[in-house]
Amino acid sequence: MSALGELAALRKTKGAKDTLSPSERGDNKAAIFFLAPWFIGLGLITAGPLLASLYLSFTDYSLLEAPSWIGIENYVRMLDDPRLHNSLVVTFTYVFVSVPLQLAAALGLAMVLDRGLRGLAIYRSVYYLPSLLGGSVAIAILWRQIFGTNGLVNQVLGIFGIQGQGWVSHPDYALGTLMILNVWTFGAPMIIFLAGLRQIPEMYYEASSIDGAGRVRKFVSITLPLLTPIIFFNLVLQVIGAFQAFTQAFVVSGGGGGPADSTLFYTLYLYQNGFRSFDMGYASAMAWLLLVIIAALTAANFFFSKYWVFYND
Amino acid sequence: MTERQDAVSTPRENPARDASVTEAVPPGPQSQAGAASGGAGTLPVPAVAFSTDERPPLRKHRRTAGSRVRSLLKHAGLIGFGFVMLYPLLWMLSSSIKPNALIFRDPSLLPTELDLSNYTVGWNALLHPFSHYLLNSFIIVLGSVLGNLMSCSLAAYAFARLKFKGRPIWFAIMLMSIMLPIHVVIVPQYILFSQLEWINTFLPLIVPKLLATDAFFIFLMVQFFRGIPKELDEAARIDGAGHARIFFRIMLPLATPALATTAIFTFIWTWNDFFSQLIFLTNPDMYTVPVALRTFVDSTGESSWGSLFAMSIVSLIPIFLVFLFGQKYLVKGIATTGIK
Repeated sequence: MSALGELAALRKTKGAKDTLSPSERGDNKAAIFFLAPWFIGLGLITAGPLLASLYLSFTDYSLLEAPSWIGIENYVRMLDDPRLHNSLVVTFTYVFVSVPLQLAAALGLAMVLDRGLRGLAIYRSVYYLPSLLGGSVAIAILWRQIFGTNGLVNQVLGIFGIQGQGWVSHPDYALGTLMILNVWTFGAPMIIFLAGLRQIPEMYYEASSIDGAGRVRKFVSITLPLLTPIIFFNLVLQVIGAFQAFTQAFVVSGGGGGPADSTLFYTLYLYQNGFRSFDMGYASAMAWLLLVIIAALTAANFFFSKYWVFYND
Repeated sequence: MTERQDAVSTPRENPARDASVTEAVPPGPQSQAGAASGGAGTLPVPAVAFSTDERPPLRKHRRTAGSRVRSLLKHAGLIGFGFVMLYPLLWMLSSSIKPNALIFRDPSLLPTELDLSNYTVGWNALLHPFSHYLLNSFIIVLGSVLGNLMSCSLAAYAFARLKFKGRPIWFAIMLMSIMLPIHVVIVPQYILFSQLEWINTFLPLIVPKLLATDAFFIFLMVQFFRGIPKELDEAARIDGAGHARIFFRIMLPLATPALATTAIFTFIWTWNDFFSQLIFLTNPDMYTVPVALRTFVDSTGESSWGSLFAMSIVSLIPIFLVFLFGQKYLVKGIATTGIK
């Protein structure tokens, strides 16, 4: 569970203080040396800009002249910016439809691939490959063709006598093609599920067999509960990742988020404001809203995990 | 799922695992080393190698005809599904050697007419030959890989082995920074880099890596360092070795698998990265492969999909090669850390 688990563990041990023995005090100096690049990076590249963007979000700034303080005007403007609202709807739809589908595919395939299947390594690689390529511009280009008017999908449909339409150029379907792309990259969470399934002790299944449990019962009563921490982990990761999707929408829509703003992801709109219109103040306000949303979603995930994630300890 | 019932009759030779499983710790490596090094609630990373080895084959018992048919059907289904998944990729490959007109008519994988001109046309379709953009991408990738290897391993050593003031707090900050979206800091970064006159240089893409801003890899290496027995560095300390010596002579050589994983993921992520390269590189001389491809698609429209596909294929080849040769580390890196 990596970073998430560590954070949770840290919170639990908050009270305990690190007390340094005399011999360890020398570590302070060494630590400064070893951490120097990270400290500089944190200050200049991460934390500094984070605070700077908070400041900029209260200004009007176009790079050409000094930022001028306008208070909460950017945030007020966000309240009635229809394109912003639309981009939120688009992004939320994308996240809440494609992530569950992606995880369901990942879990389903992991279940089938588990348990000493012959050729497992090959299947795993084949299913994983799209995860590596899915974020690239090349694949986005491919998607644009596949779902175009005369693209691969319509050619195949044509064999069955179905006249398809230009999926990427239709406002009702364009977002769907991007969701399919996200589901297509189920390989990475699948590998995490595979590793998780192997952690479930065989004896649980053996015991339940003796009690006469069938496959469905085993899945519902053993596999699923023991896998919930991993489902949770995948969920948090994929939600955070999907919220930041950019490349696909940018390339498929030619940078505009069209047709009719139907693929205008939040990040894409942020990019347009910041780096097309050079409205740095508004873009910064949008950045902070993004941060708040992602933090809130993650916090909500953690909060609700109490009710469905099963920790067997 | 279908294997479960069969599995019952075939005991697995895997006693080592059961100790840690009930903690429901997320996907850990399967090796003994992993089990031994695991702390409570954290993910053990074995010292020797990431190892998610295949479990021993289960079905040694006699197969009935029914189970054989079932297994055949299952494999047929899995192969069919894999084929459907990879079809778009294979089709792009085959379309890249088809005449342009066929791309919009021929959904099959076997080209009826061969036409390699897509590659020569595509290679020279933009301001510079495509090799120019490949070179730019490689420079950035190389700088990023070296930067991440150096800076993240240094920081990881401090977090894994040194006791210093405020370590839990700094550690928590590091962990949280993993989840920080780049979009939140990109605007001030852009302002900073433009004041340094670094826009349209590779510096905004490489220098942050030298400063360990990809904290995910710090975390990966912290996990790995923790799995290396402390006795090793304590012995070295008694012999009078300082931290620098312990780090370079003991930790780094033992951490080769973690370093390889870092290098491979950095390679792929940097090669695929579009957002920051799009922002920091606006001069066509400095374009990288993704940015060049994007210009290509915007400038050609529907007219030259063949050459567009050809260059897309070229752009995917390095990733594919890394995938082929680095698969072990990729799969294990994901399984142990859970990040795409």
